[in-house]
Amino acid sequence: MKLPVEYLWLIPALPLLAAALGSVTPRRGRRLAAGAAIAAMLGALVLSCLALRAALADPSAHLTCNFPWFDLGNGAVQLGWLLDPLNAFMCVMVSAVGLLIFIFSLGYMEADEDFTRFFCHLSLFAASMLCVVVANSLLLLFIGWELVGLASYLLIGFWFHKPAAAAAAKKAFITTRIGDIGFLLGLVWLYDSTGSLLLYDGGNGVLETHVLGDLASQMLAGGLAASTAIGLLIFCGAAGKSGQFPLHVWLPDAMEGPTPVSALIHAATMVAAGVFLIARIFPLISADQELAAAPLHALTVVAAIGAITALLGAAIAVAQYDLKRILAFSTISQLGYMMLALGVGSWVAAIFHLLTHAFFKALLFLAAGSAIHAVHHEQDIRQLGGMRGPMRTTYATFAVGMMALAGVPFIFSGFWSKEAILHAASQWNVSHLPLYAGLAGVVLTAFYMTRLLCEVFWGAPRSPASSHARESPAVMTIPLIALAVGAIAVGFLGTPAWPWLQSRLTGREVPAHSLLEGGSLMALSIVLVATGLGAGWALYGRRPRAAASAPDPLATAAPRAFAFLGARMKLDELYAATFGRLNTFGAALADILDRWVWGGAVELLARLGEFTGFVNRGVDEGGLNKGFDTVSERIRGAGRAYSRAQTGEAHGYLRTLAIAFVVLALLVLLGGGR
Amino acid sequence: MSPLHLCLAFSSVLFAVGLAGALARSNSILVLLGIELMLNAANLNFIAFWRYGPAPSSATGVIFVIFAIAVTAAETAVGLALVISIYRHQQSIRLQEATRLKG
Repeated sequence: MKLPVEYLWLIPALPLLAAALGSVTPRRGRRLAAGAAIAAMLGALVLSCLALRAALADPSAHLTCNFPWFDLGNGAVQLGWLLDPLNAFMCVMVSAVGLLIFIFSLGYMEADEDFTRFFCHLSLFAASMLCVVVANSLLLLFIGWELVGLASYLLIGFWFHKPAAAAAAKKAFITTRIGDIGFLLGLVWLYDSTGSLLLYDGGNGVLETHVLGDLASQMLAGGLAASTAIGLLIFCGAAGKSGQFPLHVWLPDAMEGPTPVSALIHAATMVAAGVFLIARIFPLISADQELAAAPLHALTVVAAIGAITALLGAAIAVAQYDLKRILAFSTISQLGYMMLALGVGSWVAAIFHLLTHAFFKALLFLAAGSAIHAVHHEQDIRQLGGMRGPMRTTYATFAVGMMALAGVPFIFSGFWSKEAILHAASQWNVSHLPLYAGLAGVVLTAFYMTRLLCEVFWGAPRSPASSHARESPAVMTIPLIALAVGAIAVGFLGTPAWPWLQSRLTGREVPAHSLLEGGSLMALSIVLVATGLGAGWALYGRRPRAAASAPDPLATAAPRAFAFLGARMKLDELYAATFGRLNTFGAALADILDRWVWGGAVELLARLGEFTGFVNRGVDEGGLNKGFDTVSERIRGAGRAYSRAQTGEAHGYLRTLAIAFVVLALLVLLGGGR
Repeated sequence: MSPLHLCLAFSSVLFAVGLAGALARSNSILVLLGIELMLNAANLNFIAFWRYGPAPSSATGVIFVIFAIAVTAAETAVGLALVISIYRHQQSIRLQEATRLKG
């Protein structure tokens, strides 16, 4: 059984329906809302698997179903659905990881009184992400994209009574909005140059050969191709959503949301959208690669941003104390790897890493959530410790996720996808800097993950909460086990010896290589992973932290660097001091302009109007009204006088007539008849 | 005195009698009667000027009088109807009391 592309809309529609149902369910309808959300996700997962089967039947085809939305001028705005292996893999990943997170939330959010609202928003989040994934029109994709932003705002600020959560939600929304302005401009430009926003449209879509040729041949000032500029504008949107430097600042703050939300944002829905978008429009953004003379290729920018983000995220993660923030910075770093892979031209490696990362990052967040749940929402790793004993399942699954993220060789999925990225980076002919950044990131990743694991689970409990920790219920541990299996198994879909995922995604057979293809690079990265793990173990595992107040070994070794990284490289402060100041200054300027210049002008006009009214009133009352009054008074007086003559006495009238007649007769007689 | 003068004198007297009656009586019917007399005095003048005037052949005077009599008859009918109506309203036909239509 396969899902035809005409019914692809059902995949986002099911969670959307669940969200609609949840929004009208009263607060006490907890089972209904959660049941509807989970059933919808299960339905979406089944449909996604059927869609994947349909897509794999002919991996090189792009099945589309376009339809006009509304008429505009001479043309019609077209929307549509697209089905190809890239979409289908994303759909399966989003719905599978989403489903497990939903089930985990049943346990995690059990005590929250807004349980119903939570599931409603979760469903909306999943629905908008699935809409982004299946869209064949950049317009529809943008609609889903903004809905993802809205849902993330609602969920990060889920505990909006906490000022930190409300501020974090606002920060996430505004920061991603800055990127989205670039995205929107790119869309408008693209529509202006091509007259279409459909991705594939039987030869006329913006990702198809002759349209791309047109775009790449339009030159702007400075020798840039139009496709470079459009690609970079769209990349702004992707950088905002995917937490790329310099728009990454919202992602750590987004940890104020409930942990399942963090898992959803970091694994399946929000940050994956940016990487997915660039992979989706890869033909467009790489259209300028043919132009050897161009001063700047869009992909070079992507690779540079990705490399910076990968290194920066990993470095900052080393010096954090908040359990979830460490994971957040590791997400930033991993997204940097994906962008790096896109930038060096291997979107397949990026999507491979996106899929594996979705599983092990969801696993890490949910395991962290399980630990946090057990210790009553204590997130400071200095206060935890010793949780290996009471929480065996959580510990084991967290360790699987940690090793997958660190890239422990041969078994864990993160190893294979990271190797694919490093391999692609080593073959990039522009520069080897991204490769070096990636290799440095590998050491740091292994190091900070070891630190996290040792601090949280090893040693002795350092606070009353962590000494009383108990294993979470099955509704939370079963998703953990499922994700741990995924975190190991997904990696084997794309090993060099059996590149099934790669050949399905590209639609061409990718030749299999020996496992030791590029052996020296692989050996180097294995050595680096081992270095990171060993250093972490030496500093944090061998002699576990004795007390919550004990200093960090790194902080004693290099206090200033550690404090600088701990303050997140002061980037937030830098933004506050530059953009924040600028904004405040602009607001003050606008206030003055409004209050004095425009306000004054409006006041003047109002006064002028008032004066005119006053004059008009004087003229009306003194001149016109008085004139009319006098005339009508006269007419009334004359009428009164005449009516007094009408006595009603018939004799009187007759007498008047007779006297008048006599007078007339006398006049005639005396005047001689003249 | 020529016959024309006699006729004119008679009609003058008749007109004066009619005017006096119309002005002096307070009974509405008698006032109407006075007005009839004045009209007939005028009719008599028409006949006299036709009979003793310069061209007696054409019947202009007689035609005038016949029309005037017809109009007078209609007018008298309306007048009597008004008198009856006034009587119904105020149980009296005294002209001095019928002053409701004053201004």
